[in-house]
Amino acid sequence: MKVLVAVKRVVDFNVKVRVKADKTGVETANVKMSMNPFDEIGVEEAIRLKEAGKASEVIAVSIGIAQAQETIRTALAMGADRGIHVLTDGELQPLAVAKLLKAVVEKEQPKLVILGKQAIDDDCNQTGQMLAALLGWPQGTFVSKIAPDGDSMTVTREVDGGLETVQLRLPAIVTTDLRLNEPRYASLPNIMKAKKKPIEQLTPAALGVDVAPRLATLKVEEPPKRKSGVKVGSVAELVEKLRTEAKVIP
Amino acid sequence: MSILVLAEHDNASIKPATLNAVAAARKIGGPVEVLVAGHACTGAAEAAAKVVGVAKVLIADAPEYAHALPENLAPLLVDLARSRSHVLAAATTNGKNVMPRVAALLDVAQISEIVEVTSPDTFIRPIYAGNALATVQSKDPIKIITVRMTGFDPAPATGGSAPIEKVAGKGDVGLSQFKGQELSKNERPELTSARIVISGGRGMQSGDNFKLLESVADKLGAAVGASRAAVDAGFVPNDYQVGQTGKIVAPDLYLAVGISGAIQHLAGMKDSKVIVAINKDEEAPIFQVADYGLVADLFKAMPELDAELAKGRRP
Ligand SMILES: Cc1cc2nc3c(=O)[nH]c(=O)nc-3n(C[C@H](O)[C@H](O)[C@H](O)COP(=O)(O)OP(=O)(O)OC[C@H]3O[C@@H](n4cnc5c(N)ncnc54)[C@H](O)[C@@H]3O)c2cc1C
Ligand SMILES: Nc1ncnc2c1ncn2[C@@H]1O[C@H](COP(=O)(O)O)[C@@H](O)[C@H]1O
Repeated sequence: MKVLVAVKRVVDFNVKVRVKADKTGVETANVKMSMNPFDEIGVEEAIRLKEAGKASEVIAVSIGIAQAQETIRTALAMGADRGIHVLTDGELQPLAVAKLLKAVVEKEQPKLVILGKQAIDDDCNQTGQMLAALLGWPQGTFVSKIAPDGDSMTVTREVDGGLETVQLRLPAIVTTDLRLNEPRYASLPNIMKAKKKPIEQLTPAALGVDVAPRLATLKVEEPPKRKSGVKVGSVAELVEKLRTEAKVIP
Repeated sequence: MSILVLAEHDNASIKPATLNAVAAARKIGGPVEVLVAGHACTGAAEAAAKVVGVAKVLIADAPEYAHALPENLAPLLVDLARSRSHVLAAATTNGKNVMPRVAALLDVAQISEIVEVTSPDTFIRPIYAGNALATVQSKDPIKIITVRMTGFDPAPATGGSAPIEKVAGKGDVGLSQFKGQELSKNERPELTSARIVISGGRGMQSGDNFKLLESVADKLGAAVGASRAAVDAGFVPNDYQVGQTGKIVAPDLYLAVGISGAIQHLAGMKDSKVIVAINKDEEAPIFQVADYGLVADLFKAMPELDAELAKGRRP
């Protein structure tokens, strides 16, 4: 079973982003970039499938500017076999990403595609579901456990009320949730080895996909700031304030 | 053209999230219809018909909709969407699961987790864990939208009397099968609609210690939540998680106990009306958003709080 993993280059999760003064977006110059954390979980899961003898090859795909290659290298250092980079420079929205991934899937014919449930920059939570729709495949979203079994796969999903188990016919799309696994760190020898692994480069034009955005971003602003609060000296004072000042408890 | 809202329900009744989605639809303007897709879901359809501002309820009652499998639900929504201007769902795990699938089948964008309606084609949505708010305009003919519940006051659940119309099911596409569920048993109010939420973090040290929060929660009629660290450590189930990638809450009162206040946690609770933080580290970032901060050991403070509340209101 060939496994494809989508990996996005995003502003590192530890960075507190700042809105640009001209309100066109957030400041990304000189900001630390990393692989989207949910995609690290995706890469880890694919590698574990390979280590368990259930996957034959793991291919990491990233779409974006030239530096997206660094994100692919990270996946290769973790243990992916090869990479595909779709080079684009304009703004990319989930529908366009899904269409590009569909074109790559048609070329590579994987049995399983793993994506993150959500990119932590746009917070869209769409791409995996859209890719499943475009391919006519089943989808297991927000997944904390997967168990492939011949022509199908059983997945455990994190849902609002708890956990849900569904069985998907393969080929299928899976999107990762935080509890699926704990991604490994790449070892130094593996980082060196990754430098020699192949990365194929493609373009939207070569894949025949129109990537024009459908949503126009009119402005990006800072959310309203909370006014600073006070420290209380004791539990009794806290309760008193909640009762008489904030009036939120009886 | 009308606006369709996908109901969040358990077949017998509708979930509060439906009311927030209806409220968002009413802000867009135009007749609002609610789709109840489920199995043996007459109860939910009748409840939806009572919601103020709903012009019509569509009921699709068929076995293929019993568990809201997106593979089965999307074709139905796609059909209904074609003659409507907008389709909305609350940003619950169900809404997030099915709506992008519908959008892609219609070849339109999805606008995720809106918190404000500026005009029928322009919406505000948080990005970067709520550290920025984007105003986006859709150029697509049909707008597929998920609604962040905390952005909209719920439509009144009773007072309306909309007609209920049947729509036929479209069958099982056979791509996926529901196998089972493990729902966490909980007598407390739902996290996303509770007026008071008490959340515990890694500082709680164990699942057993959550009893300290539960006792206070029961006195206040509060829901109990958690940080990711507390969920990852297995103290509480996954559905307790509040944050960027968990549940988004905005209660009247949010109590954060033994939570440091990482960006990803703040994203899920910083729109609460009043925030209280109890943490032994006075440098913890949670204090930057707290209206009332108490620097204390939670194992001392929580029993004290419990006792103080047990005393009841002072004369
Ligand atoms: C992709 C991604 C998504 C994420 N999504 C979420 C999310 O949705 N929600 C979320 O919460 N996190 C999320 N996180 C994790 C987040 O970054 C933090 O790691 C997490 O919120 C920390 O949880 P915590 O505050 O409980 O633990 P810690 O940061 O370890 O803080 C524990 C706190 O407890 C205090 N404490 C300890 N003992 C006591 C005591 N006896 N009395 C009083 N105080 C005490 C400490 O001073 C400390 O401040 C996400 C991270 C990533 C990378
Ligand atoms: N530019 C991209 N390149 C590779 N994968 C992507 C890209 N954008 C989104 N994805 C994948 O889609 C997931 C969900 O993204 P989103 O729908 O934007 O929240 C991410 O976790 C990635 O796995």
